[in-house]
Amino acid sequence: MTVNGVSHTRDVEARLLLIHFLRDDLGLTGSHWGCDTSNCGACVVWLDETPVKSCTVLAAMADGRRVRTVEDLAHGGRLDPVQQGFAECHGLQCGFCTPGMMMTARWLLDHLPDPSTEQIREALSGQLCRCTGYENIVRSVRWASEYEASERGTGRRGAGQPGPAAGAGARPAGEGG
Amino acid sequence: MSAAADPAHGGAYGPVRRKEDARFLRGQGTFVDDIRRPGMLHGAILRSPLAHARILSVDTAAALAHPRVRAVITGEMLQQRKLAWMPTLSHDVQAVLATDKVRFQGQEVAFVVAEDRYSARDALELIGVEYEPLPVVVDATRALDPAAPVIRDDVAGQRDNHIFDWSAGDRAATDAAFAAADVVVTQDMLYPRSHPAPLETCGAVAEMDPVTGKLTVWATTQAPHAHRTLYALVAGLPEHKIRIVSPDIGGGFGNKVPMYPGYLCAVVGSIMTGQPVKWVEDRSENLMSTAFARDYHMHGEIAATRDGRILALRARVLADHGAFNGSAQPSKYPAGFFHIFTGSYDLQAAYCEVTGVYTNKAPGGVAYSCSFRIAEGVYLVERMVDLLAAELGQDPADLRMANLLRPEQFPYTCPTGWEYDSGDYPRALHVAMDLAGYPELRREQAEKRARGEYMGIGLSFFTEGVGAGPRKDMDILGLGMADGADLRIYPTGAAVLSISCQTQGQGHETTFAQIVAHELGLSPDDVEVVHGDTDRTPFGLGTYGSRSTPVSGAAAVVVARKVRERARVVAAAMLEAAPEDLEWARGRWQVRGDPEQGRTIAEIAMAAHSSLELPDGVEGHLDAETVYNPPNLTYPYGAYICVVDVDPGTGAVALRRFIAVDDCGVRINPMIVEGQVHGGLADGVGMALMQVITYDQDGNCLGGSFMDYLLPTSLECPSWELGETVTPCPHHPIGAKGVGESATVGSPVAVVNAVVDALRPLGLRHADMPLTPANVWSALQGRPVRADVVSG
Repeated sequence: MTVNGVSHTRDVEARLLLIHFLRDDLGLTGSHWGCDTSNCGACVVWLDETPVKSCTVLAAMADGRRVRTVEDLAHGGRLDPVQQGFAECHGLQCGFCTPGMMMTARWLLDHLPDPSTEQIREALSGQLCRCTGYENIVRSVRWASEYEASERGTGRRGAGQPGPAAGAGARPAGEGG
Repeated sequence: MSAAADPAHGGAYGPVRRKEDARFLRGQGTFVDDIRRPGMLHGAILRSPLAHARILSVDTAAALAHPRVRAVITGEMLQQRKLAWMPTLSHDVQAVLATDKVRFQGQEVAFVVAEDRYSARDALELIGVEYEPLPVVVDATRALDPAAPVIRDDVAGQRDNHIFDWSAGDRAATDAAFAAADVVVTQDMLYPRSHPAPLETCGAVAEMDPVTGKLTVWATTQAPHAHRTLYALVAGLPEHKIRIVSPDIGGGFGNKVPMYPGYLCAVVGSIMTGQPVKWVEDRSENLMSTAFARDYHMHGEIAATRDGRILALRARVLADHGAFNGSAQPSKYPAGFFHIFTGSYDLQAAYCEVTGVYTNKAPGGVAYSCSFRIAEGVYLVERMVDLLAAELGQDPADLRMANLLRPEQFPYTCPTGWEYDSGDYPRALHVAMDLAGYPELRREQAEKRARGEYMGIGLSFFTEGVGAGPRKDMDILGLGMADGADLRIYPTGAAVLSISCQTQGQGHETTFAQIVAHELGLSPDDVEVVHGDTDRTPFGLGTYGSRSTPVSGAAAVVVARKVRERARVVAAAMLEAAPEDLEWARGRWQVRGDPEQGRTIAEIAMAAHSSLELPDGVEGHLDAETVYNPPNLTYPYGAYICVVDVDPGTGAVALRRFIAVDDCGVRINPMIVEGQVHGGLADGVGMALMQVITYDQDGNCLGGSFMDYLLPTSLECPSWELGETVTPCPHHPIGAKGVGESATVGSPVAVVNAVVDALRPLGLRHADMPLTPANVWSALQGRPVRADVVSG
């Protein structure tokens, strides 16, 4: 399989899970193992451009296919806007769910560049975070969306002035106020 | 005035972006399961399928014959090393690996060490265990029946399932207040068993160096220093030859405070094989065997005058502690701090009594951001106040406002002896009601009721006591709850702060850098925070009970101020002035009356390491250390309002809004504080609406996976609406209070009060958590069901 653009050839046990192959065989420990039952999403990676829960994908099923993990989000020392959004909006605390959340968020923005709050919540609803209560994750994704819109020159905000829109909250957190 | 506005300080408080994010965002964190050591082996635990059974035999021959298995450890083998039992944090013992009986489903029976993760699991199936099933006790209310099987027959003299009786308050005064009351309201309620379920499960990598005799354990622990002492006491190892590392931790919430058998098994496995051993539990193991939370069966009584003056509160509690009394709280308090149950009100008297019992369920009890059981106390008093409001026909906001402690009553000693430090409670409630638009919500509710729609508004007002704690009153296993801090200032002015507590997501690397930067006129970027490694940090009791900022945070302030005073002497020598003629202003020492003559900490640090002549008796350098013994707990508080819409036909609850106003004193990093509150609110909503660990009559755990143990997702959580008031803590050096658990403690009852409020027109008076559609519907039919046990 090709992982983050690098081709790997291995003989593996038929039962080996993709998450364990990535973590134990390739040393890509950014994706995490959280629940075994496809509920938590800490293990989300892309398989041929689609987010999957790698705890319920066999490594052998990825034979000949492309896998993308959190380690591939930043390029040339530049963080992906989704990563920047999570830092700007305090979208992570312990950091365990974060890689999976970001991989789903990246996919969402690639397919729906200007999602509503409801669409962001829907997209992330198959994943669990135990620390943030989700609000700042939603704001992080929206920050990334608005940043990318401003980069494309179609944003509602001026270029170079990206920022999260105020949430429904009475006093939005993470805005530096 | 907040400390942030103090011009004599550096002004480093504020929503500084987190230092720790850089590694997590790139997938470069180091969690326990990310650690790989040369020659590392993998452990797995064989667990009991039965809740109560005698062990007749354990046959490990086939497992040992597995080509990739290196060792199989049984209880009998541990017995020979006197390691089959370990002390719990409540002065009980817990089996590391079972020898005589198994006492809950999922209990540890044997440990396999193999060359890889999968082979270790394969070998578990090759171990043959012969069990003789015994009768099971799952329902705490039946644990003390004379006919109930005795679970802990390993304890000399134990002839039933009784653990302790404990009480607090003045019984006679409370009885007198009740006798004189116009109105008495009573209610039975269950705070059901829940589980913290951090997204990272528990695990450890143990490495015994056979040459040096040094044991290193990388473990998912919230209390590395206390664990080091425990390993020394349990295993008889010299404590200076033990290093505990708490690396990046994927959430704790109290689940990672206790010592678990798996950690010890990994250590024994490493000693036996001479190689590092990793053990990481799976999700089912985490949910079925590690520290659960709550499981309090409570009877509440509240007494008041007809016009709504609350007089007294009484509670009787049956506490289910599971098969081993492993709850984690200061030794003097077997029910934790439950007896702050008088909450935020000005009462004449209060009395509570708690009985703890054993059941055939997993051990634990004090976990999940409960502030040592204040969660249960807040739930009780806030339900009782709502029930009283309904009885009196008063608005619950009015009843609370009339009975809240007034600002001039602080410091206030509550009827059970806690001294609340500071607060302006009516103001917090006003702020919450303003944010919510309370009168408009009540008007909307009235209109909807007229149309047959069921909207509910629930309030809660909580007072926490966090930051354990004063050494004279608080210890865990004899270890006083003071925290150390060391601060080194390098010649260029770069600072390294070593603290005894550590982060599991709270952002200590950022907040503690801000604390030091603020005191010394540095940038937070100039301050590195070292934590989570017992070889590199001073002793302290760890991160739980919202104690980091109240205790270790205070230690960081004190040690920074020690450095500042040392710097004063050096600065005086540099400026050729007397130390008493200097003043600290704008983040530097300057000559009083001549602000042009000043030196920054960086300048002073270089001089302190140079050949500059210093006064007699003054050594060079600026480094300092301290131990902080808190004089009291800190008492954060808050006012919460929840708005729900309930469909009485299905029992489905839609959470529309949640308003949370917290007062945690001075906020060092408000961004992080608000993040902590957000997370706690989600926990509270989860407990109120869906989370419960249920057992069937055979003791099978029915909440053993995320398919069965439901946690809130982004769809169940609303967009939280936060507000704040700031009432500084008078005894904390920067006026801060803890906040990590406030929302988890304060929010569940606001949701329950809202749902009951919605359905009051249909005659609903109370319903126990979790308020799943089925449970709400059953309660509405007048046939409430127990969510914690399956009957029959």
